[in-house]
Amino acid sequence: MATLHLEKERCKSCEFCVTECPKEALSTCEDLNSGGYHYVEVEEEKCNCCGLCYVVCPDGVFEIRAQ
Amino acid sequence: MAVARKIPKIMEEPTAFCAGCGHGILNRLIAEVLEEKGQEKNHILILGVGCNCNMNFTWGGDKLQCAHGRATSVARGAKTGRPDTLIISYQGDGDAYVIGLSDTINTAYVNTNVTTFAVNNTNYAMTGGQMSWTTIPGQHTTTSASGRDCESTGNPIKVPEIIAQNFDVAYVARGSLHSAKEINKTKKYVRNAIEAQLNGEGFSLVEVLAQCPTNWKVSTVDANEWLKDKVVPIYPLGEFKKREGRDDK
Repeated sequence: MATLHLEKERCKSCEFCVTECPKEALSTCEDLNSGGYHYVEVEEEKCNCCGLCYVVCPDGVFEIRAQ
Repeated sequence: MAVARKIPKIMEEPTAFCAGCGHGILNRLIAEVLEEKGQEKNHILILGVGCNCNMNFTWGGDKLQCAHGRATSVARGAKTGRPDTLIISYQGDGDAYVIGLSDTINTAYVNTNVTTFAVNNTNYAMTGGQMSWTTIPGQHTTTSASGRDCESTGNPIKVPEIIAQNFDVAYVARGSLHSAKEINKTKKYVRNAIEAQLNGEGFSLVEVLAQCPTNWKVSTVDANEWLKDKVVPIYPLGEFKKREGRDDK
């Protein structure tokens, strides 16, 4: 079992992860981070921790932790 | 099956690039390979002038800022002085292929045991998106407002092909960052280039086609499509000079 963790302050809302996610588990939210970006959120019940978001993210937002 | 993944320590400081810029992805690929090879404290990143200057404030390893275009020449000097240290020049297309073309070609000509990563985003991004020698035909930039006219400005320059076809170097490849699949392929090229230097095989060059939504004047998501549909057909991907005896890498 693994879990996906997001560092919302690093997100610049490029949405590369949103378009790459095969489970449509990621989306940008209404709130802004301190950089002024609509950061990305995950619907945990949809996510299978495949890691594609980690691969395409230019800003190191994602971490997958094995449990 | 899920695999634990975390950005390398070298990348812990958030990048200073624009949203959707490919530099951040390449930064991570290089940092991952350095970590895998145990080189995170045994490398010097030789920085050219361009958007990559932002790495002066974020890259967690040793680095050196060079005068415009001189990164590969500085890398040669650094390798001479510190032959046991991994020496990597990190440059943009304007730095490595235009103002620094002579330095890049000379480094390939003498086959110095250093590695160059050249980020090709088809424009001079840091200065506001002027036309570069790598700008694709018809591309609109601030200095080719009607679209690049190749009859009067020349055709896009393909330095990896020039070097692979003319010089006895260790490894030459071109990758792209427009999808997870191509990013994973590009990481293999990055790994090969660094391994070539670690094995003392000679000069290695990897050109990386990267998104520049800010200067392409497209959305970040559209930049990936733009890269795939318009840039990749001009600049073929793959390995142009494979490492000897390692065709399957």
